[in-house]
Amino acid sequence: MVVFALTYHSCRVSLRVHQNPIGKTNEEHVNSVPKIIAQRLLLGLLTLFVVSIIIFTAVNMLPGDFAQAILGQSATPEAVAAIRRDLGLDQPPITRYFTWLAGVLQGDLGTSFAQANFASFVGEDSGTRTTVADQIAPRIKNTLFLAGVTAVIAVPFAIGLGILAALYRNSAFDKVSNVFTLTSISSPEFFVAYILILFLAVLNPWLPSLSNIYDGMAFSDRLEKTMLPALALTLVVTAHMMRMTRAAIINLLASPYIEMARLKGMKPMRVIVHHALPNALAPIINVVALNLAYLVTGVVVVEVVFVYPGVGQLFVDSVKIRDIPVVQACCLIFAAVYILLNLLADILSILSNPRLRHPK
Amino acid sequence: MSDTLLRISNLKIEGRSDETWMPIIKGIDLELKKGEVLGLIGESGAGKSTVGLAAMGYTRDGVRITDGEVLFDGVDLVKASLPDKRALLGKRIAYVAQSAAASFNPAHKLINQHVEGPVRHGVMSRAESEEDAIRLYERLRLPNPQEIGFRYPHQVSGGQLQRAMTAMAMSCRPDLIIFDEPTTALDVTTQIEVLAAIRDIVDQFGTAAIYITHDLAVVAQMADRIKVLLRGEEVEEASTKEMLSHPKEEYTKSLWSVRSFKRPAKPAIQTDATPVIRLKDVNASYGQTPVLHDVSFDIHEGRTVAVVGESGSGKSTAARCITGLLPPTNGTVELDGEALPADFRRRSKDQLRQIQMIYQMADTALNPRKSVGEIIARPVEFYMGLKGREKRKRVDQLMDQIELPASEFYDRLPSELSGGQKQRVGIARALAAEPKFIICDEVTSALDQLVAEGILKLLAQLQDELKLSYMFITHDLATVRAIADDVVVMKDGRVIEQGPKADMFTPPHHPYTDLLLSSVPEMDPDWLTKLLEERGRDNVGDMATDKMA
Repeated sequence: MVVFALTYHSCRVSLRVHQNPIGKTNEEHVNSVPKIIAQRLLLGLLTLFVVSIIIFTAVNMLPGDFAQAILGQSATPEAVAAIRRDLGLDQPPITRYFTWLAGVLQGDLGTSFAQANFASFVGEDSGTRTTVADQIAPRIKNTLFLAGVTAVIAVPFAIGLGILAALYRNSAFDKVSNVFTLTSISSPEFFVAYILILFLAVLNPWLPSLSNIYDGMAFSDRLEKTMLPALALTLVVTAHMMRMTRAAIINLLASPYIEMARLKGMKPMRVIVHHALPNALAPIINVVALNLAYLVTGVVVVEVVFVYPGVGQLFVDSVKIRDIPVVQACCLIFAAVYILLNLLADILSILSNPRLRHPK
Repeated sequence: MSDTLLRISNLKIEGRSDETWMPIIKGIDLELKKGEVLGLIGESGAGKSTVGLAAMGYTRDGVRITDGEVLFDGVDLVKASLPDKRALLGKRIAYVAQSAAASFNPAHKLINQHVEGPVRHGVMSRAESEEDAIRLYERLRLPNPQEIGFRYPHQVSGGQLQRAMTAMAMSCRPDLIIFDEPTTALDVTTQIEVLAAIRDIVDQFGTAAIYITHDLAVVAQMADRIKVLLRGEEVEEASTKEMLSHPKEEYTKSLWSVRSFKRPAKPAIQTDATPVIRLKDVNASYGQTPVLHDVSFDIHEGRTVAVVGESGSGKSTAARCITGLLPPTNGTVELDGEALPADFRRRSKDQLRQIQMIYQMADTALNPRKSVGEIIARPVEFYMGLKGREKRKRVDQLMDQIELPASEFYDRLPSELSGGQKQRVGIARALAAEPKFIICDEVTSALDQLVAEGILKLLAQLQDELKLSYMFITHDLATVRAIADDVVVMKDGRVIEQGPKADMFTPPHHPYTDLLLSSVPEMDPDWLTKLLEERGRDNVGDMATDKMA
C-alpha cells in the first residue's frame, strides 16, 4: 500500500508545484475547473497504469511459486512444469504482464490459480472455473459495507469533535479528546478490537463479537454484526481527521476575516462553523480521503479479529498460497480505490475554493 | 441622555512578549460625541489600532486591558460580559478594517456577509437587509449596486471592497464606526473615491467615527478633531484646523515637517552619454497574459529614476526584466551600452554584481537565521572573493556606511532590529556587491514617515559618494518629489510619460499624470472637498467603473 501512496503522491506533488491551483491569488495561474479535473483524471489513470506495473513486478518477485507450493517438496520436475505451462507461468514476464493487462482492460481479472489448478489436476475441466472476479466480488461488497458504515460514523464524529476541540481549544475537553484519539490511534488495532470485544460483547453482551455476515442477511442484522469492527475502525481513523479539523480551523482563527466576524458580534460557534470551516475544507477533505482509503485497503487485522469476510482476509490467504491472479487483482483494486478517493478529494478541495469555482 | 457617546478613561493595555507583559497603552483618555469624527494618528507601534479595538471592548490574542474604563453609551465594555458585548458589536459599534480583501471571508458572497449582522442581531429580515445593502452600495457609488453584492470578494477590486466593507459596517446603522487605516492599502487614485464615500455616508447618517491612520493629510480630510499618539501615550489633541496650523508639541511638529525633505534635482543629462541601464522596447508576459508593452527608458550614472504608477501598472515587472528574473518576450535590456542576456542564469557574475536590489519587505528579504554580519558578508565573499580578515574589514566598513556600527550590530539577528534598521541591512547587502545600479522596490512604503526619511537621506548620500544609479519604484509621489531626478509614469504596462522631475511636476501633464498628482492628499483640510468639486462628482464615479477588474 505504501508503494501506491508514494507514487501517487509524488505525482500529485509535482503537479501542484507547476500549477498550484489552491491558494494562489494570481489569476494567470488559475485554470478552469473542468480543465483541472480532466488533468487530475488523466493523471489518475496514468498512476493506475504505473501502479499496475509495480504490482505485477512485485508480485512476481514473491519468493516461491504456486506449482511448487501446491505439489509439495516431493513433486517431480515434470509435474511442476506441466502445471506451470497450464497456468502460463512458463511465458516470459513481459508477455504475462500484457496478457494480464489486456484481460483487466476487458474487465477480466483472470482465473484463480487455486480453482483452476484443482480442475486441471484432477483431469476434468468442468468449464465452470471460478474467476477472480467471482471470488472477489462478494468480499469487496462486504469490505465496502464495513468501510461505509465506519465512514458514516467516523467522519461526522471526527469533524464534530475537531470543531468542538477548536471551539474550546486548550480547555479540558480539548485535551481529553486529543489524548483519547491519540491513544486509540497509537494502540495496535487488534488491541483496540479486543478491548471493544471485552467491553461491548463480553462484559456487556450488547453486540456480537463475530461478524460472520453472509449474503441474503437482513440489513439490520448485517448492520448489527458489522457494528463492532466499524467501531474499532472508527477509533483508529478518528484521530487524524479530528486533529486536522482542529488544526486547520485554529490555523485560520488569526485571519482578519475571523476577527471581522467576531467584531460583528457573531457567536463563537458561528465564527468557527460558518466563517472558519468553509476555508479549512481542503486539508480536511484530503485527510478524510486518506482515511477512507485506509478503511478499504488496510483493514486486514480488524477483519481477522472479527472474522469478517472482507477482501483483506482473501488477500492474505491468497498471498499465503501464491494465488497470483487474486493477489494482483486485490492490489489493483486497492490501488484504484486509493487513487479514486484521492482524486475525489482533489476535486472536492478544488471545488471548495471559491476562486476556482467562480473565476473573475 | 448626554451628548457623549464614548468615553475612555485611563485606559491601560498590556501585550505579551515572550513570557512577560509589556505596557502598550499607558493611560489614554478619549471622548467622542455623537456624530463626531476623531482622527487617531501616530507611527506604527503607537497603539492606534489597539485603542481602536479597545473602544469596541475587544483585544487581540496576547493583549489584555489592565485598567481603565471604556464607557459606550453608559455600558463599561471592559467589564461587560461576552454576550453583552456581542449584542453591541456589529449592531451599535462597527469596524472597518485596513485590508478589505483580507477581512471579507473568501468563502461567502458579499451580500451574505453584509446581511449577517442585521439578521443575527434581529435588526432586519434577510430580505429587508438585502434591499438595504443595495441602497447602501448605491450611496457609496459602487458600480452595479444591484449585482455587486452577489459576487465573491476575489471578484471585486480593492477599492470597491473597501466601500462594500463600509456598507457592511453601516448595515445595522451603528452609532460608532472604527475605521482602522481603511485606505492605507489602496492606490492614491482609489483612495480618493473611498475617502469621499466614507465621508459622505458618515455625514448622512450622523455616525460617530474613530478614524485611525498614519497619514496626516488623510486624517485632515476626515476628522473634526485629531489625537496624536506616541508609544501608547497621548501627545496632544486639538481640532483639526488648530492641529494643522498650530501644533504645540515638538513630536507633532516633526510629523508635520517630514514631507519637507527634498533634495535638488541634478541638472539635465547630456544626451550623448551612455546610460547605465537602457530598456529598449521591452515586452513581457506572465504565461499568456502580456504585462509590459514596449517599455523604454534610460537610467544614467549617478541619477535616480523614479518609476511611478498604481499597482498592476508593471513597475515591478520592469524591474524583474532588468534583473533577468523574468526574461522579456521582446526587446533588450542594456548595461553600459551592452545588451544583457535575457535570463539571469546566462549572465556573467560581473553582470549580476552590477545590478542589485533592495526590497519592500526587509522583514522577509533577510534570512531570519543569519546574523546581520553574516548577511552582509555573504555577497562580499561571493562577488568580491574576500575572505577572513579582509572580509570582516569590508563588512565593518559597509556597516559604518549604513550607520549601524559593527561593534553593536554584527551579531544581531534580523528579528532584533527595527523596520528601518532592517532596511539599512538590505541596503548594505546591495552595496556589498559594489554595484553600479540598484533597484529600490518600494523600499520606504512599509516604513513610518520619519524612518522613511532617514532611509531616503541615506540613499541620497550613498549615491553622491559612490556614483550609484537608482531605479526607484514607488507609488508615493511625496517620495518622488524628495529623491528623484527623472520620472517615468507607467499605466497598464505602458510608459505614459517620462522626463526630468521638474518637467513632470509642472503643467501641462499627461491627463493620467495629472490624475495621479492631484490625487495625493494635501494637508489642507478642505483639499478633498475642493478636489471633488473640481473634478465633478460624476467623474469620480466613472473612475470607479473604469477600475473594475
